[in-house]
Amino acid sequence: MFSSFLLHTWIAATLLAIAAGSLGYFVVLRRSAFAAHALPLAAFPGGALASLLGFAPLWGLGGFAIIGVLFLRIFSLLGRRDVAMGLLLSSFLALGGLFLSLGREYAARVYGLLFGEVLGISSASLLPLALLVSVVLLLLLWQFPILLLESTQPELANAHAISSARIEWFFLLLLALVSAAAVPVVGTLLVFTLLVSPAAAAQRLSRRPYHAWALAILFAELLSWSSIALSYWSNWPLSFFVGVQGALLFLFSRIFARS
Amino acid sequence: MPAFSVSTDPVLEVSNLGVRLGGRQVLQDISFTLKKGSVSALIGENGAGKTTLLRSILGIQTWQKGSIRVLGKTARGQLSQIGYVPQKIAFDPYLPLRTRDLVALGQTGRHWWQRSDTAAVAEALAAVQAESFAEQRVGMLSGGQQQRAVIAHALARRPRLLLLDEPLANLDFASASRLVELLGVLARKQGISVLVTAHDMNPLLPILDHLVYLVGGRAAAGNVAEVVRSDVLNRLYGYPVEVLQHRGRLLVLPENPQQGLEIPCHVHEHLDQHD
Amino acid sequence: MTDPLHLASFLHNSAVQTALWIGALAAILNGSIGIFTVLRQHSFAGHALGDGSSAGGAVAIFLGSAALWGFLGMAWLAALAMGALGLRRARERDLATGVVLGATLGISALFLYLDVSSTQASGATVEVMFGSIFALDPQLLWPTILLVGVAIALIVLLYRPLLLIAANPDLGRAAGLPVRRLELLYLLLLGTAAALSALSIGVILATALLLGPAASALRLARRPWQSFLYAQGIALTAVLGGIYLAFMSYYWSDGASWPVSFFVVLLILLLYLASAALASRRRTKR
Repeated sequence: MFSSFLLHTWIAATLLAIAAGSLGYFVVLRRSAFAAHALPLAAFPGGALASLLGFAPLWGLGGFAIIGVLFLRIFSLLGRRDVAMGLLLSSFLALGGLFLSLGREYAARVYGLLFGEVLGISSASLLPLALLVSVVLLLLLWQFPILLLESTQPELANAHAISSARIEWFFLLLLALVSAAAVPVVGTLLVFTLLVSPAAAAQRLSRRPYHAWALAILFAELLSWSSIALSYWSNWPLSFFVGVQGALLFLFSRIFARS
Repeated sequence: MPAFSVSTDPVLEVSNLGVRLGGRQVLQDISFTLKKGSVSALIGENGAGKTTLLRSILGIQTWQKGSIRVLGKTARGQLSQIGYVPQKIAFDPYLPLRTRDLVALGQTGRHWWQRSDTAAVAEALAAVQAESFAEQRVGMLSGGQQQRAVIAHALARRPRLLLLDEPLANLDFASASRLVELLGVLARKQGISVLVTAHDMNPLLPILDHLVYLVGGRAAAGNVAEVVRSDVLNRLYGYPVEVLQHRGRLLVLPENPQQGLEIPCHVHEHLDQHD
Repeated sequence: MTDPLHLASFLHNSAVQTALWIGALAAILNGSIGIFTVLRQHSFAGHALGDGSSAGGAVAIFLGSAALWGFLGMAWLAALAMGALGLRRARERDLATGVVLGATLGISALFLYLDVSSTQASGATVEVMFGSIFALDPQLLWPTILLVGVAIALIVLLYRPLLLIAANPDLGRAAGLPVRRLELLYLLLLGTAAALSALSIGVILATALLLGPAASALRLARRPWQSFLYAQGIALTAVLGGIYLAFMSYYWSDGASWPVSFFVVLLILLLYLASAALASRRRTKR
């Protein structure tokens, strides 16, 4: 279970959970689960294009996730934000579907991109992943108090000359980076569970910001480690365990916090 | 029962009403009656139980003790006799309803696929002087216009009782006094009994017949002179209060801020969480 | 050839005929129900129901039963769960929808994997996620007509009370409407629409068909009923046009036809932008 080819997966998942848990804390505070679901899907065509043209998927994923942020901001100006989100994920998935249909091995690639390929992590992809995660973490720690204030008390933040629009850009760009990093491991569809469930459970259990933030990272680690282990033993897909255990974690935290 | 005796019946009769919400006694022992064509106010601070009382009269809120009778019958099933204007109205600009359409939706007692009664709609629009914006989308109107549209919506079913939840909040002085005038006309000319909730009774004083003063879920009821007196309010608040009168306006203050309450009352209002 | 648009071969192809009929029915239903979804700001819930129905589709393929009932059953189940969770409180709604969505996606990940590994359905993922409108079973047509017919009849009958409770539920209660039951009915209709479009143009693209035409129509309509007609018209244009363009792409790119879903979404997006431009021009004119 810790053999070398799976070792990459363990390292990748551990790094990823740190980023997902800490950013997830703000996803839950800002009630942005839909954005956390839509942006990984926006990265999807990047992965498809990378497999079509044969370059490293991380660049494609990151690039398209950032294009997705631009799309979201522009369409939010044109009308409803939630409609913009829905149109974003549909249109980018359709684009991804187009790229995949132009290449070969259509069906297998689709499953891998949507639901992740645990064994698809190569040693070469670990370094960029580690860099990406540390960039996200540094940016997040740098802006932590401001982000916290704007997410909980937007009026008060505006009074301190913090622009809500700029914070939203910053947050969405971080989300795009985490999405790009996470897609190869858990797949586009279940990245947001890793972001939302641990942080939601943590915020149920603790009201102190840094405490809840650390708890969110811990839960994200537990969720991804146990999912890898269960996936290894059962031979069932990793994203199944992420999705279902994430829901259970959320339910348990609700029950526990109530009693 | 002979027809003439019906008109002498009170339009609304609340007796010994008690409501518990989530383990908290929100209303306790509330009793009052409203006569035909009268204007009454439900005065109290945030959290005093005003909205709960209105929702109980509508039959949206269940209560544990006492009774509510509308036109002599139990309140449930009397909805077609009651018009309701909720607080904080802000329609979505995307909502594909013109003012006229919203008003037509206020009619009850017919099947939803039947054509609306255009005469009743026109009458309701005229009553609130909304003809000028009848063809515009409700979500595009100003706050005051949206409120008049909802009053017309409530009038379209030709109610005997009109309930308004905090209609004067968020209105400027001019719109507020126009609304108060409108409510007076509805009561006097059309014989509708009007019940309004408010923080401040003063804007309503010119048209007010009756007052229900709510403090912490308990109430004192009667006309203004009977209720807004220091001895009555002392009992209600549980600490000494003073009623100041200045050029026809009334102000209720704690009697001696140094001894009784340390917080002056205007600060107190800000500290109260909005529910 | 004397038919450069290939209309004759397009309309005489039986796979295309089935695709056109089922696509049109899905478009009409999605356009209509989307009006309420956009007004209630239920986009995430609408998307989650479509995604959730994919788990049903994957299970149905695994069990070898008709996909339609798998999609429908799971969508209705998820709709009822959302009704029970209480979709009114906006802050809870976002998280609860996300968690339910995660669980159903996990389940579909498992069953799609099982479909691929233990049965012969190697194209199951593509079929469930992106739809397979040219491979639809013609026998699906009659149940689809029945479902859409019932749903549209309910919307025509109840669109006014449904609009009122979307505008302000308290006004609905004061008018004596059974608000909870109407909201549940709306969620079940939303589930039906999500399942049908998931089946035809695929789970994830269903979201665009639900939201895009309705949001465009709500900008343009001047009367309540117009919003429904406009939304249906836009949805029909996108779906039928998308099917035609996908069919034509076979001739353009010698043999490698482009997916229908790409063209459908592209048309929806263009029509959405056009409606925004039209609405802003109308506003400046006034």
